[in-house]
Amino acid sequence: MVTLTDEEKAMRDGAEGDAVAAAMDLLIRYADALGADVLCETRNVAGTTTQPSPAKTKLMEEGGWAKAYAVINLDCDDDLEIPDVKVPTCQLQHGFGEDARGVMPYPERNIDLQADAESFASSRGINILATCTPYQVGNLPTYGEHVAWMESSAVVYANAVLGARTNCEGGASTGAASLTGRIPCWGNHRVENRYGTHLVESSLRMDGFQDWGMFGYFVGDVVQEARPVMTGDLGPADLADLKHFGAAAASSGGVEMYHLPGRTPDAPTVEAAFGGGRIPEPISYGAAERRAVYESLNSIGESEDVDFVLIGCPHASLDQIGRVARALEGRRLSESCELWVMTPRALRTVADRNGWTATIQRAGARVLTDSCPAMSRVAPEGTRVFATDSAKQAHYLPAILGIEAWFGTLEECVDAAVTGRWRGGLAPAEVVR
Amino acid sequence: MTVSGSTVLLRGRGIVPGRVTGEALVSHETISGWGGIDPATGTIIERRHELYGVCFTGKVLVFPGAKGSSGWSGFFQSTRLMGTAPLAMVFTSLTTKAALGAIVTRVPTVTELDGDPVALIHTGDMVEVDADRGLVSVWVAASLG
Repeated sequence: MVTLTDEEKAMRDGAEGDAVAAAMDLLIRYADALGADVLCETRNVAGTTTQPSPAKTKLMEEGGWAKAYAVINLDCDDDLEIPDVKVPTCQLQHGFGEDARGVMPYPERNIDLQADAESFASSRGINILATCTPYQVGNLPTYGEHVAWMESSAVVYANAVLGARTNCEGGASTGAASLTGRIPCWGNHRVENRYGTHLVESSLRMDGFQDWGMFGYFVGDVVQEARPVMTGDLGPADLADLKHFGAAAASSGGVEMYHLPGRTPDAPTVEAAFGGGRIPEPISYGAAERRAVYESLNSIGESEDVDFVLIGCPHASLDQIGRVARALEGRRLSESCELWVMTPRALRTVADRNGWTATIQRAGARVLTDSCPAMSRVAPEGTRVFATDSAKQAHYLPAILGIEAWFGTLEECVDAAVTGRWRGGLAPAEVVR
Repeated sequence: MTVSGSTVLLRGRGIVPGRVTGEALVSHETISGWGGIDPATGTIIERRHELYGVCFTGKVLVFPGAKGSSGWSGFFQSTRLMGTAPLAMVFTSLTTKAALGAIVTRVPTVTELDGDPVALIHTGDMVEVDADRGLVSVWVAASLG
């Protein structure tokens, strides 16, 4: 049984109102299910309350958004007044983007429902970041900070790259955490559960985020839920590179934590990555493994006539938007193809100022915010074949929408949108030993 | 674990209380919530999954664990709200996704068993899940004649 502090007992017993008591009740049930000894304090929650679903709509029609929040985000059937969030909380990606109204065959009713849900969430103090990458737009946890985040690609970035500590939370646990400032101190919150379990040695140097995405896809498939440690002369890794590495490893597997010795903050050395314990036999990543990943991600594509190009999964960085703008300068999209760059609204504002949005729009492409086709479960009307620079989106979207996929570099994807044809191919690997 | 005749008794830890008896549906592969199930119909929709198109509503769902998106718990919660939930859950690998998912689905759930439920239980077996005591009793279907 989880041991509670006096403050936590008071919350459970109703000192801060019925909703906080319900939140604490859920956290106690959750902590006991996990076998956690204690809860940890958190002042950083990233969850979701706005995405429309048939079940949520039914609850809202019965008892308003407070009812929907109580049942879905607190697992409580009582009629509760939902107070302001107790600790900083942000909304992750939406189900739909308002700016895609009329562009996408979205159900109008869902856009309106979501706008209404957003009003309720922001009235309770939830920051509407509306992105799968809160770390790009003002929610950057510090090293060692206990946070309560959803979204597998954000969870792995927070743990591995930032050295913050979070499990892969859900809608109810983040809902309860936002009203109490607590989350079970279990799993990734504890140092002993953060050390590496597998060693992966790369003989290749990574060339940009497409390469990092393929490497992540390989690693996730091999280690599944475990904690890999990657070594080799990997070359530089920037925000976009590790955003794609982690998102891919959390798609082909369930990686929530990894180490790049000398680079990620929990592992100054390989020995430190394994906590001074035994270093396992290495798993090799070389040119053959890289090609196999590339072929697997491209195995769904047959037709080379591309209707739709998607850039920005996870949501595009400023550098990625700039690269799209440069690749589209003075060009025009094929009549038969759409190109979308998905990014957080805050970065879109910067792209507007830089002139990148105008360049992209002049070419007939779009910069859209808040969501993505996988979340909305919709692509532009008539899409049969899509292309993307994201291993994660290439993994999920064919299954979700029943369409064909091509995976390549950002520039190959832009070229496909301009010509309407897929002409991508795997660049030779750079073998460094 | 105790085997006597055609029954197997597994001992573990109940994480959502309750006691029910029903027919087992066994998945040898982990299950995705978001992108893996359809809460409206209670079926597995992941194309490459061994149970693609199979309905779990009213079944004792036996599986190795949860995979994929952090939307896992929300999607299983939706099965409860849409009336398509499984009767109970029995799983091997305890993760935040599976634990929270079981809680918000509000069905008796047992994990941390002293034998591998995915190997020992077969689809169609009658199973009693007694999560109050952490017990799973299995009557092997083939031997019922």
